[in-house]
Amino acid sequence: MTDDGITIEVNGKSLPARKGQMLIEVTDANGIYVPRFCYHKKLTVAANCRMCLVEVEKAPKPVPACATPVMNGMKVFTRSPLAVEAQKSVMEFLLINHPLDCPICDQGGECELQDLAMGYGRDVSRYQERKRVVGDRDIGPLVQTEMTRCIHCTRCVRFGEEIAGLRELGATGRGEHTLIGTYVEKAMESELSGNVIDLCPVGALTSKPFRFSARTWEMRQMSGIAPHDGIGSNLHFHVKGQTVKRVVPAENESINEVWLSDRDRFSYEGLYSDDRLSTPMVKQGEEWREVDWMTAFEVIKDRLGLILNAGGPERIGALAAPTSTTEELYLLQKLMRGLGSNNIDHRLRQTDFGDDTEAPIFPWLGQSIVELEQLDAALLIGGNVRKQQPLLNHRLRKAAGKGAAIMAVNPVDYEFNYPLAARIVAGPGQIPAALAGIVQALLEAGRTLPDPSAAALLNGIQADANHRAIADRLLKAGKAAVLLGDLAMNLPGLPAVRYLSGIIAAMTGARFGYAGTAANGSGAWLAGAVPHRLPGGQPSPHAGLNARAMLERRLSAYVLLNVEPEFDCHDPVGARNALGGAQCVIAITAYRTSAMNFYADVLLPAAIYAENEGSFINVEGREQRFGAAVRPQGEARPAWKILRVLGESFCPGAFNLDDIEAVHAAIHADMQGIEPRNLDAWLRPDSLPWVNGALQRLTEVPIYSGDPLVRRARSLQRTHDAGDGMAHIAPGDAGRQGITNGDRILLKQGGETAELPAVIDARLPEGTLLLQAGNPACFGLGPETGEIEIGRA
Amino acid sequence: MSGNNGQILDAHTVAEIEHWLGKYPPEQRQSAVLAALRAAQHQNHGYLTVEVMDAVAEYLGMPRIAVYEVATFYSMFETKPAGRHSISVCTNISCMLNGADDLVAYIEGKLGIKTGESTSDGRIHLKREEECLAACCGGPMLMVDHVYHENLTKAKIDRILEQLD
Ligand code: SF4
Ligand code: FES
Ligand code: FES
Repeated sequence: MTDDGITIEVNGKSLPARKGQMLIEVTDANGIYVPRFCYHKKLTVAANCRMCLVEVEKAPKPVPACATPVMNGMKVFTRSPLAVEAQKSVMEFLLINHPLDCPICDQGGECELQDLAMGYGRDVSRYQERKRVVGDRDIGPLVQTEMTRCIHCTRCVRFGEEIAGLRELGATGRGEHTLIGTYVEKAMESELSGNVIDLCPVGALTSKPFRFSARTWEMRQMSGIAPHDGIGSNLHFHVKGQTVKRVVPAENESINEVWLSDRDRFSYEGLYSDDRLSTPMVKQGEEWREVDWMTAFEVIKDRLGLILNAGGPERIGALAAPTSTTEELYLLQKLMRGLGSNNIDHRLRQTDFGDDTEAPIFPWLGQSIVELEQLDAALLIGGNVRKQQPLLNHRLRKAAGKGAAIMAVNPVDYEFNYPLAARIVAGPGQIPAALAGIVQALLEAGRTLPDPSAAALLNGIQADANHRAIADRLLKAGKAAVLLGDLAMNLPGLPAVRYLSGIIAAMTGARFGYAGTAANGSGAWLAGAVPHRLPGGQPSPHAGLNARAMLERRLSAYVLLNVEPEFDCHDPVGARNALGGAQCVIAITAYRTSAMNFYADVLLPAAIYAENEGSFINVEGREQRFGAAVRPQGEARPAWKILRVLGESFCPGAFNLDDIEAVHAAIHADMQGIEPRNLDAWLRPDSLPWVNGALQRLTEVPIYSGDPLVRRARSLQRTHDAGDGMAHIAPGDAGRQGITNGDRILLKQGGETAELPAVIDARLPEGTLLLQAGNPACFGLGPETGEIEIGRA
Repeated sequence: MSGNNGQILDAHTVAEIEHWLGKYPPEQRQSAVLAALRAAQHQNHGYLTVEVMDAVAEYLGMPRIAVYEVATFYSMFETKPAGRHSISVCTNISCMLNGADDLVAYIEGKLGIKTGESTSDGRIHLKREEECLAACCGGPMLMVDHVYHENLTKAKIDRILEQLD
C-alpha cells in the first residue's frame, strides 16, 4: 500500500482508504450503500442533493458522504439514528415538488428516487400545498423530457460540461424557479447525448424512442457488443418477448467506461425496419420467389457450379461488411478459398491498395484504448474522430484536459469538443504534402530519417509554422501517438499517407495507430477477409482481387455479406453496374433493398446484431464474444450457419463445424501467437501523389450512414448528425462560381451528372468539394474521390 | 476569439466589457459576464434578449447556456421587457417577519400588477422575488433602482411610488 493509505471506520468496520478520497468512494468500494442522487463517480462532486448525509463522530451535524474527504481514524455511521433522520428529512424535501405518480412515469420501476423513497420516505406526505409544474421542451429525437420530475441534481448539466464537452443543458432561474433545460428550443447535438438518460436519477430525461413501450420488470437484460465503430462498447439489450426494446451501456472501464455513443444506443431501431428480409428468395427471370432454405442452397449450387465450370473460381468474388463477425468472415473466406478464389475483401471504401503487401497484420490502434488517456500528444490524420469514434475521442479529450496536445491534419476542419493544439486543413490530394511538411520540420529540428530514401519525397517541401508546431509538440511529448482515421484510409495516395505518417511516428518516437476501423475491421484482417492474406495474417500464395478490382473487373458472380454496395462501396455506380451485369449475385443480408431486387439472384436472410452470435475484435485487438439476445426474425439465420451449409455443399467435409465454438476454435488455431504490430516496413511511394488544380471530390460517411443497421435507425436519422444531402463547397470555390447557400448546383464526374443543393462550408479547404455517402441523389455519380466539376443548375 | 455577431453589442457596451475584461486574467474572460450582461442590458433598454445574451456569450467565448444561466439567476437581469423603474421588495426572513408579504400585496393592489409584471404605462416593474439585501435591521425594506428604502410603512410606500416619473 502506498503511504497515503489510511484507515477509517464505517458502522464499526474498519476499512482501508486513500487520502483525498471522498467518503462515498470508500463506502461504495466496500459495498456499504449510501443513498445519493447528485453524486456520480464519473462526474465532479456537486453535493447539492444532500441525500448522502451520514453521521461522522465529533462532527456537529450530518455531513454529505460525497463531499467529505476521508481522514485517518474517522468514525462514520451511515445508518445511525442521526444519519437516518437526516436522510429521511432530505427525502421529504425532495418529494415536496416531485409528482407522486410513478405508475404513469416511464422511469417507474427503475427510478432512483422511487427506490429511495421506498427506503427513506414517509408513507404519507405532510405537504399540502401546490406542487411546482414545469413545461416540457423538445430537445431532439433521442431524449424525452418531463421536467416536472427533475430534482435538480445537475448530473445532466455536469455531463455536458465534463464528458460531452458541449454545454447544452443548463440550470436557469433560481430557487424554486430553477429549470433544467436548453432555455431556447434546441435539439441536443452531442454524439453522446443519450447518456443523460442513464444519468438522470428520475424520469425527467428518458429515451424518446423507447418511451412507454415496456416496463423494466417485463424485460430481460442480455449482454451484447456494439456493432459500429471499432471500439466495441459493451452493452445490454433490454428484451421483451423476442423484441429488443432498448440498449443501455454495460460498464467496462477499459473500453466504454459507463458510456455509450448515441449510435450504439439507438441503432437497435434498425432491427425492426420494414425492409427486413424474412425468407430466402430466388429470382427467376424477373420474378422474385420465396423459397425454403434447401431450395435456395440448391439454386446457389447450380448457378455457382455453372460459373465454376465455365470461367473458373477466379470469376467469383466476395464482398463482406467489416461489421460482420469474425466467424462469418472466416467462413466466407474459407468458402471462397475452398472454391479456389482469393477474391475476398472487406475494405469496401478503400480505393488505393498500393501498399497492401506491407500492411500490418491488422490495423491496430497501436495502444490500448485506456492508454490514449495518458498521451501527451496525438496527431490525428484524416478522420472525424469526435463523431465517428466518440469514445476514442472521449479518451483523447481527457488527455487534452490534462494538457496533452491533440492535433489534426484533416481534409475538413472538423470540430472537436476540446481545443486542438495545432491543425492543418488540406484537401484530399494535399494531405501527403502536409505530412511531408511535418517530416521536413522534424528534419529541421535535428531528427534523422529512419529511411534515408524518404529524402526524395521532400524535394521542394517547405515546413511552415503549422508543420513546425506539430513537429514540436510531438517531439516534446513523453508519450505521443500518430493515428490514422477512416477518411485517410479511403484516400487515393493511401500508401504515401501511411508511409509518411509512419515516418513521423518513427522520427518522434510516437506510437503509430489506426483509429478509424469499423466494428470488426480488425477481425476481418485476422480472419483472412482480404485477398492477399490467409487467416492469422499469413500471406496467401496467390493474391486475389481487392474490393475495387473485383467490381472493376466485372466478375461473373459475387457473394455479398451484409453489404449494400450502393451505400457501402467506393464507387456506388460501378458497383451497381458490376453486380447488375453479373450472372449470379448471392446476397446474405438482413434487409431487402430495391437495388438488390435489381442486381441479386438469391437473397439469404441473415440474423443481425442482437439476433446474431459470434465475436468482434476491436481496434486494440481485444476479442469480444457475444451470444444472441433474441431469435432471428422470420426464417433468418446467423450468417455463420448459412456459410457453413454453403461451404459443405461445395467442399464436403471441410466445413464440419457443428457449432459456433468449433468455428471459433478453428479461427483461434490460425491466430496463435499473433502480436499486434504496426510499424512494419512500408512501401515508399516513388513520389508524392500529385494533384492538378482541379476540384477534388471528398466523400464523408455521415455517422449514422455507415452500415445497414444504423441507416435504418429512424430516430438517429432525425438528428442533426444525419446526412444533410447537400453539396458542401468551400467559400472560395463558391464565390468563383457565384454559388450561394441553397442554390441547386450541377455536379459532373466522369461523364455522369447529379443535381444537389449547395451549402457553403467554411470547414473546407479551397479546391475540395464534400459530398456525403449514401445520398441517393449522388448515386449516379462516380467514385467517392477524384476530380469533379460544379456549375449552376 | 471574440466576435460580435452583426454588431449587436454597440461600441459603448463593447468598451464597457473591455474595461472589465482588463481586470481579469486573459484566460478568464467569463469573469466579466456579470458586467457584460449589465452593460448589454443597459444598451437594450433594461432587458436582455436571447440574441443579446448570445452576443455576450460569443464575445466572452462562453457556452450560450452558461450565459442564460447567469442572466436568469441574478435578479438584476430581466429577460423580458420591463418598466422604467424597478422595485424589489425583500421577502426574506427578517423582512417577512416584519410584514413584507403584506407590503407586496399592498403594492400589487396599488399598481394593479403582480410580481414579475410591469405597469401598462411602462413606468414601474415589480420584481418577481427579492432575497435578503442585507438591510435586515431596517426591515421591511425595498429597493427602487438600486436605492434602499427601509422601515417601510404603507404611507412611506405611497410616497416612494409618487416620486417615480
Ligand atoms: S434532468 Fe435529471 S439529471 Fe438533469 S438535473 Fe434534473 S434530475 Fe438531475
Ligand atoms: S449525493 Fe451527496 S449531496 Fe448529493
Ligand atoms: S431579510 Fe430583508 S434585507 Fe435581510
